[in-house]
Amino acid sequence: MTIALEARNITKRFPGVLANDNIDLTLEAGEIHALLGENGAGKTTLMNILYGLWQPDSGEIYVKGEKVVFQDPSEAIARGIGMLHQHFMLVPVLTVAENIMLGQESVTAGIFLDRVQVIKRIEALSQNFGLEVDPRAYVKDLPVGVQQRVEILKILYREAGILILDEPTAVLTPQEAEELFKIMRNLAQQGKSIIFITHKLKEVLAVADRITVLRAGRVVGTTTPQETSEAQLASMMVGREVILSVKKKPAQPKEVVLEVKDLHVLSDRLNPVVNGVSFVVRAGEILGLAGVQGNGQTELVEAITGLRPAVRGEIRFLGKEITNAPPRRVLERGTAHIPEDRQEDGLVLPFPVHDNLVLNTYYRNPFAHGLALQEKAIVATAQDLVEHFDVRTPSVFVPVLNLSGGNQQKVIVARELSRPIRLLVAAQPTRGLDVGSIEYIHQRLVEKRDQGCAVLLVSTELDEIISLSDRIAVIFRGKIVATLEASGAAREKLGLLMAGAEAT
Amino acid sequence: MNTALVARRAFSLSRQQLFGLTFLIIAGAMLFLFALSSDPGQNSTFVLTAVASAQKTELPDLVLPTQATIFVLTFIVAFFGGWQLARGFRAVNALLAVIIFIFIFAFLTWADRGRQFNLTGMLIASLVRSTPIALGALSGILCERAGVVNIAIEGMMLAGAFSSVVVGSATDNLYLGIIFGILTGGAMAAIHAVLSIRFRVDQIVSGVVINILAAGLTSYLTERFLSVHQELNDSGALRPISIPFLVDIPVLGPVLFENTLIVYSMLFLLVAVHILLFYTRWGLRTRAVGEHPRAADTLGINVFKMRYINVILGGMVAGLGGAYFTVGSVGRFDELLTGGRGYIGLAAMIFGKWSPFGAFASSLIFGFADSLQQKLAILQAPIPSQFLGMAPYIATIVILAGVVGRAIPPAADGQPYEKQ
Repeated sequence: MTIALEARNITKRFPGVLANDNIDLTLEAGEIHALLGENGAGKTTLMNILYGLWQPDSGEIYVKGEKVVFQDPSEAIARGIGMLHQHFMLVPVLTVAENIMLGQESVTAGIFLDRVQVIKRIEALSQNFGLEVDPRAYVKDLPVGVQQRVEILKILYREAGILILDEPTAVLTPQEAEELFKIMRNLAQQGKSIIFITHKLKEVLAVADRITVLRAGRVVGTTTPQETSEAQLASMMVGREVILSVKKKPAQPKEVVLEVKDLHVLSDRLNPVVNGVSFVVRAGEILGLAGVQGNGQTELVEAITGLRPAVRGEIRFLGKEITNAPPRRVLERGTAHIPEDRQEDGLVLPFPVHDNLVLNTYYRNPFAHGLALQEKAIVATAQDLVEHFDVRTPSVFVPVLNLSGGNQQKVIVARELSRPIRLLVAAQPTRGLDVGSIEYIHQRLVEKRDQGCAVLLVSTELDEIISLSDRIAVIFRGKIVATLEASGAAREKLGLLMAGAEAT
Repeated sequence: MNTALVARRAFSLSRQQLFGLTFLIIAGAMLFLFALSSDPGQNSTFVLTAVASAQKTELPDLVLPTQATIFVLTFIVAFFGGWQLARGFRAVNALLAVIIFIFIFAFLTWADRGRQFNLTGMLIASLVRSTPIALGALSGILCERAGVVNIAIEGMMLAGAFSSVVVGSATDNLYLGIIFGILTGGAMAAIHAVLSIRFRVDQIVSGVVINILAAGLTSYLTERFLSVHQELNDSGALRPISIPFLVDIPVLGPVLFENTLIVYSMLFLLVAVHILLFYTRWGLRTRAVGEHPRAADTLGINVFKMRYINVILGGMVAGLGGAYFTVGSVGRFDELLTGGRGYIGLAAMIFGKWSPFGAFASSLIFGFADSLQQKLAILQAPIPSQFLGMAPYIATIVILAGVVGRAIPPAADGQPYEKQ
């Protein structure tokens, strides 16, 4: 085996953080090398260094045995390194061909674009690597999975031998992810080397040849799928034993807490995005709402919590209508909301922890007497909550801004779950969190269920839905396409439903 | 259930219906204002031969029976309105433009009843008056396609107008004046570029600063300097160049092929910018930088360089537009003589959806409105001249108020780019 890329002793410091600490990494030709680690473990930093976006403080990079120093990405591209960014780097209003050739245009007479030539090359590449796409289509009209293929073609068009894929499955349905793995294996077979960055253990075991685990900026170890297991990888990532599967007793559903009937909601651009959704959530159960991002979940949750008007239909809470009720009335009745975007909707980032913990109760006894806030009572309650919910913060006076994502989420959970509630609406409660925090949040959700709370869990992560839910509803293009008992729901079937396949 | 919400939805009109009703109202207005207030016996005479032209062919005048013509036009508009209300057209904006033109033609027919009116002359004036607007719009397109909002077109034009007349007068060479006008526009744009690209100042603020700077500086210099040295504010004006043979084409000849250098340049730039934007490497990169600069950056395209080039080119086009006002027409500079044409150019750019030909078409509408007031004053139409003077500005308001639907600007328009 020849070595395609080698990084030796890479160190990169940011103010206050040692992002990469003496990292070594070897990528062999034709292998799929998974780089596994929690958020903040240093994966992205390392990749940005390999791609020339950043320069390391110390350490060396070798491409095919030759030492290189990249000042910017164009030099990395010239050396045959291509990067599939987590957020697509495509221009929506341009065609596939235009996006692919951008920066390396074929031209006639020195300036005129030679579209015919480019399209020919793209078609040849598509054929070679099994990446089906119409070069003449506009990127904005393509589904996410196909857009990703365009990104890969963009890399191949530049004749890259080394592909860095940064969390490529985050935006895909399970079927699309399968499709991507096929493409990756195909690429590896034809001699391309792939670095596959992810924090999803199943995927790593499914597709990687070798696995390197990073934790806190250091390499914890390198292994292969044959030698390891999910549990072992998880403990390598986190540094301690992790309970991957959620332990829970069978649900004991009681009375209906939330009833949604024929609900219609418009998006910000006034397009109908929730089109006649009906479901119920009972006390003591978790209803999982599965769906690919952008199928109306966001708007549905906002309508239930009173943040967005419903144009038709009704929402009942313990039998009483709360359709288009103001948010404060909704939450005073006993609804808790863990919003999808915690930094935008869940917290006031520059506010200290203690103020964030009373954002929805500050006006009531004992936090306020008349017009005056009772600072003492607020701080005392906050200190209790921080302790009880294990929020890691130097003190309650620190701005929430300075906390890690997991601890920010814990502040929200503490605020929402410490009130007497009957309904918990949790939208993407673990998005972007590390394995340890995910474990914690999951336990809290199940605990609330067992206390007789109705839980509506909205998530795009199929694993989360399957492991937590008692019943699963699948939303596609603003409609519930199926509702299943969790015990009888197969992964594949859910994946197909999420992708819009007809329920049978 | 929310009855109020439901009721509001039931009674609200769709865009399609709204347009249909508007067209029907226009038809009604034509019927009552024009058709019924003219006598059956009257004729409207349209002269088709340009005055003082090198054209050799002469066309007979077009004589139309006033009332019958307006009735026919009213019927056409009413038909379109009804069809739009019932079925809807796809190209509503184009239809709106056609209907506005029909309305204006009906209005001219009415105003012209029992008189003579030089239609070709009016078309010539429209094109000439749309020239600075179209140049302003092209300037805006160059900047905004690369992601830099340019509301400083007005200021760049004003500065260009000033410097071209001064240089033109001093050297007695109009072409040198034009070149200096272009360079001045480019220099003003360079300020805008540095402020908004290098220092990431809010692009609107930066644009306003340049407009104020240009207005203040040129006014001050005119008052303190040009009023003393009158000879520096008297360059003479460009003369139209007629292209042999082509100029003899009826109506179109004198309109298109007997113009000054600046009008020809505008027509040339129109085609050139279109080809550059959509068929060249530079255009592809410009559009990518204006839509998704980060994506362009990851592919090794220098976002800052592209934006600098485009903004400065845009400023040069605006400077050429400025030269139109002085050496291109009257040969002298007066305070604030651009009269908001730069802003109207911006409106034309938006109405034309950031495409050169679309912007040109809307510039023609503005130019037409502009020349309309002048011609109507000659026809002694019973409308106060102040109202006619408002025509181009009213057209701007109506268009920008969104009657024409949502125009989608380049996605990164107005956003400073910052490397990670």
